[in-house]
Amino acid sequence: MSGFQYESPGSVDEAVRLLAGAKGNARVLAGGTDLLVQLRSGAANPDMLVDIKRISELRQISGNAASGFVIGAAVSGAEIGEHKELAKAWPGLVEGMELIGSTQIQGRATPGGNLCNASPAGDCTPGLVAAGAIAVIAGPNGRREIPAEQVPVSPGKTSLAKGEFVVAFKLPPRAKNSGDAYLRMIPRTEMDIAIVGAGVNLTLDASGVCVAARVSLGAVAPTVLLVDAAARALIGSKLDDAALAKLEAAASAAAKPISDKRGTIEYRTKVAGVLARRAAVIARDRARSNA
Amino acid sequence: MAGYEDKSFKWIGTRPVRPDGVDKVTGRANYGADMKLPGQLTGRILRSPHAHAKILSIDTSKAEKLPGVKAVITGKDFPEMHNGVLPGDEGVNFHYLSCNIMARNKVLYDGHAVAAVAAASAAIAEEALALIEVKYEVLPHVIDVDLALKPGAPLLHDDIFTTGVTPKPEKPSNTVQRIQMQLGDPDAAFKDADVVVERSFKTKAVHQGYIEPHAVVAEWSEDGQCRIWCSSQGHFMVRTLTARLLQMEVAQVRVIPAEIGGGFGGKTIIFIEPTAVLLARKAKRPVRIVMSRDEVFRGTGPAPGTSIDVKIGAKKDGMLVAATGEFRYQAGAFPGSPVGAACMAAFGPYALSHVRVVGYEAVTNRPLCYSYRAPGAPLSSFAVESVMDEIAQKLNLDPMDLRIKNGSKEGTQMVYGPKLKAVGNLECLKAIQNHPINKIPLGPNQGRGLAAGFWFNLGGQSSAVVNIAEDGTANIMTGSPDIGGSRASMALMAAEVLGIDYSKVRPIVGDTSAVGFCEITHGSRVTFATGMAIIQAAEDVVLQCRQRVAKMWEVDVEAVKWEDGHARPAGANAGDQKPLSLAQIAAKAARTGGPLVGSAAINAGGPGPAFGVHICDVEVDPETGHVTVLRYVAAQDAGKAIHPSYVEGQIQGGVAQGVGWALNEEYIYGEDGRLQNSGFLDYRIPVASDLPMIDAIILEVPNPGHPFGVRGVGEVPIVPPLGAIANAVARATGARMTDLPLTPPKIRAAIDAKK
Amino acid sequence: MSKFHITTTVNGEAVEYLCDPKQTLLDVLRDELNLTGSKEGCSSGDCGACSVTLDGRLVCSCLVLGVEMQGRSVETIENMAQGEKLHPLQQKFLEAAALQCGFCTPGFLVAAKALLEKNPNPTESEARYWLAGNLCRCTGYDKIIRAVLETAADMRGSK
Repeated sequence: MSGFQYESPGSVDEAVRLLAGAKGNARVLAGGTDLLVQLRSGAANPDMLVDIKRISELRQISGNAASGFVIGAAVSGAEIGEHKELAKAWPGLVEGMELIGSTQIQGRATPGGNLCNASPAGDCTPGLVAAGAIAVIAGPNGRREIPAEQVPVSPGKTSLAKGEFVVAFKLPPRAKNSGDAYLRMIPRTEMDIAIVGAGVNLTLDASGVCVAARVSLGAVAPTVLLVDAAARALIGSKLDDAALAKLEAAASAAAKPISDKRGTIEYRTKVAGVLARRAAVIARDRARSNA
Repeated sequence: MAGYEDKSFKWIGTRPVRPDGVDKVTGRANYGADMKLPGQLTGRILRSPHAHAKILSIDTSKAEKLPGVKAVITGKDFPEMHNGVLPGDEGVNFHYLSCNIMARNKVLYDGHAVAAVAAASAAIAEEALALIEVKYEVLPHVIDVDLALKPGAPLLHDDIFTTGVTPKPEKPSNTVQRIQMQLGDPDAAFKDADVVVERSFKTKAVHQGYIEPHAVVAEWSEDGQCRIWCSSQGHFMVRTLTARLLQMEVAQVRVIPAEIGGGFGGKTIIFIEPTAVLLARKAKRPVRIVMSRDEVFRGTGPAPGTSIDVKIGAKKDGMLVAATGEFRYQAGAFPGSPVGAACMAAFGPYALSHVRVVGYEAVTNRPLCYSYRAPGAPLSSFAVESVMDEIAQKLNLDPMDLRIKNGSKEGTQMVYGPKLKAVGNLECLKAIQNHPINKIPLGPNQGRGLAAGFWFNLGGQSSAVVNIAEDGTANIMTGSPDIGGSRASMALMAAEVLGIDYSKVRPIVGDTSAVGFCEITHGSRVTFATGMAIIQAAEDVVLQCRQRVAKMWEVDVEAVKWEDGHARPAGANAGDQKPLSLAQIAAKAARTGGPLVGSAAINAGGPGPAFGVHICDVEVDPETGHVTVLRYVAAQDAGKAIHPSYVEGQIQGGVAQGVGWALNEEYIYGEDGRLQNSGFLDYRIPVASDLPMIDAIILEVPNPGHPFGVRGVGEVPIVPPLGAIANAVARATGARMTDLPLTPPKIRAAIDAKK
Repeated sequence: MSKFHITTTVNGEAVEYLCDPKQTLLDVLRDELNLTGSKEGCSSGDCGACSVTLDGRLVCSCLVLGVEMQGRSVETIENMAQGEKLHPLQQKFLEAAALQCGFCTPGFLVAAKALLEKNPNPTESEARYWLAGNLCRCTGYDKIIRAVLETAADMRGSK
């Protein structure tokens, strides 16, 4: 019980082979900031760990804003934060990633890990979902691509089959006059798990009318939510106060939280709307200055 | 005992680098978990998952058979102790202490130790714990103090009969004691009040939150002696309690102090040391036990949750006419709440002719309740300062004027007995009143909160040795663990008395076999009491030097004075002798009577109470309930600051802990009685980005009971922050909240309820 | 389960060790290599007392496995002073009384050094957020933050 097999493959194919062929429970080790805590507490008892950090494809950011970025699933938060072009095109997504834990955690934590840990409160996930990120999944049957929001299915569980793991995230080409933002509510200023999180990604036309929007909410349901009604409140508007009020109401209405040690149903429901509205204002202002 | 004398100082009040500093910035300093002995085993403790349960059986046979397991122990391996407090026990019920360290028939909280193993590696030890089979019969539990006090509550012990009530109860209950202290006739005096405010408050249990988990290495030898290396707030305490619990002679136990990574009261009692000794004895190998953070939260001595009623009446002009308080404090699974101190300290900052304080203590299914910095006082003060703020609001008075008008001062009769001698309460209030923070305009959703606090401080027993080397340098030794810079203050005081350079004084903390007895580092006592022992030991050296020089000069000792590190003729009668330095005298020591060794062993009285006054500005996000602390200023009377940087550090550290207590820190239990936040992720102590700079103002109203005027400084700074923050939040939001911590969900709900 | 044989670089020197798969880098440093300057406060990445740099990147050594270290390079508090000369941050922490119990100090120093290497002129707010993963329960952070900012100014001035 105290040991496990450790492998650090150098290629995606080798990693798939190891994961697919593993006897018992194989886990992917990316940054390890969640998994190592689970190992220590006994919550995770894998028979094999497959460390994917030595696969170069998973450790790089490629592409550009116009063609669409591809972010390796095992790039660290610190590296994402240091990528100036990415941060300019997708500041909300990058901020969300950078909000995970401390500077030390940033040195290790990855977007793939944050998504596949499948916590509804992960800070990177709402930004990925709002961005419309596509998860590239490698497995025994080759590669497939699904929207990021379809990876987690419930707290701690993903839709990935045995032998599969997330290789990268493809972001769509960034249109002009677009902006995104992510906000979360925590009791302190750092180091906490989000009580509520909200991501907004939107595009304006030349006259300032919102032509596309995606709104995501974290920590108010078993998985991160993509809230269409909230996006509809914005699309077609100039993001004036009336539209923002509709967005706030739609976000609160979509929230289906629980009461737990971190927050109450009532609080999370209200604050989901507050944060969605505030994030939309930031995203709007970014879009306006991003001509 | 030498009293205060006004004099100028060469070293006292300066800010040199601490003597143990380099070891601590290079990683060289050895803390509890850093010790490693040849052949050392890893010890691990199995803990109860239940809040309250009968232990039906413990089967350790599978664990014992696991290769690499060298010893397994349970409660049966501990000697049975007398259930009660005997004369000479210093108030300790050793039966309870033993049962807390290892459960016997019942487990009384989630985290209660039930068995322990020693094994060749941590991995084997953990595997062995999983092989120990404990059968429990789960019992109903009670954690909230009000519920625990109710008749019919789940009963923790069948041997607790409430003290302090008449008639003496015939049935056992969870209520350990009722206490009451009174001055005048508050019930009658309330009738003269123009305004009366009465409020009820609730607070949750909190942890001291030291960053270093408890750690111990124990070694047993065949002649029945044992050595213990551990970090604690008092290795003599570890020695005495371990010896008693294991029925050993005290001198057979040698405790060597490691550096201590924070304690704040939480390391003034033992949790794992006897377990490590028993494992080492059984395994015939040294054993190290290091707690995990989860164990620290679940199995040590967090501070109490409380339920408090406070009522204060005042005249229109703000003069207080009467006050009462009822303070209901959680004990943990065994008696030991600080409700007595809480009652005594509650109204400390105010001069009241008619006041009554009543305290209740109830055992509950949570870990042992133990000391946390000014034990009990932050909570009773929070309630009193909240009500004081409301009185000021009702009377439309400046909250500062209200406090100055009623402030306690020299001659004020305290509810617990004595009258105050010279104290710095009014000086602190006025320092805050005159601080520029008051001129900073507040914006929307911002509020300014004020609170005063009081703490007794302690003296007590300390020993010290000053050894002069042949070149006139000094090694000084005490038995008080250095928890935050006390080596520096000891060296400063010795340098002052000896008249030699601070850099020529090297202080160490001696082990229990090397130096005389010292009480634990608590009650803000070390700089005061152990410092007094150092002063007297250094004075002893000075006297010996004068005696030897008197012989050399063939004069009376009175004819030799000590000045600036030299023996000099006291007057013309002593002749025209050249001054002799300490180094010159030391060089001749062999020929003048042998080594120069000064010592002192004292029981220091007259510690001199401490007062602190805090003011802070907060901003509340009305939509999320998030609180930002914008500014914080704390003024405190230190009597005399030996090393002002470390006095400021004590103030700033106390403030930070108090802010955490006010806003975010709490023990969160599930319906099942299990602790849900036994880690730093969800037990949220303040991080660097949560706080502003903390402006610490030191005032010096000398303590008449100390030769340099020193008062303890470590505890009182945690007393006012709870009230100061709560008052600031109340003024920022217009909603007064009486439940700590003031979490964002609670604040948002309070704001919504006001609408 | 057999142990893993790892070859890595610690404080500039090639090091070999054997470790269990579950042992963290912190366990390896403290128990196998006797480098006890990195402290264990939580083992969950929440306190920062075990901060080291791994291939130049600030991390919690409790959240790195010993088996991950093959061919990597780690720097610990033990390598911060150069010979008899303390690093300016170490010297400033002493002069500014930026430590009380000292248990969190190695982690703070390693983290602060990483900050000043990345950002030689941090604002107070930047320093506070960078160091938010290093818990201190004694000081209230005031003197620590001041020491870091003053060291940054000194180091800029001496360049």
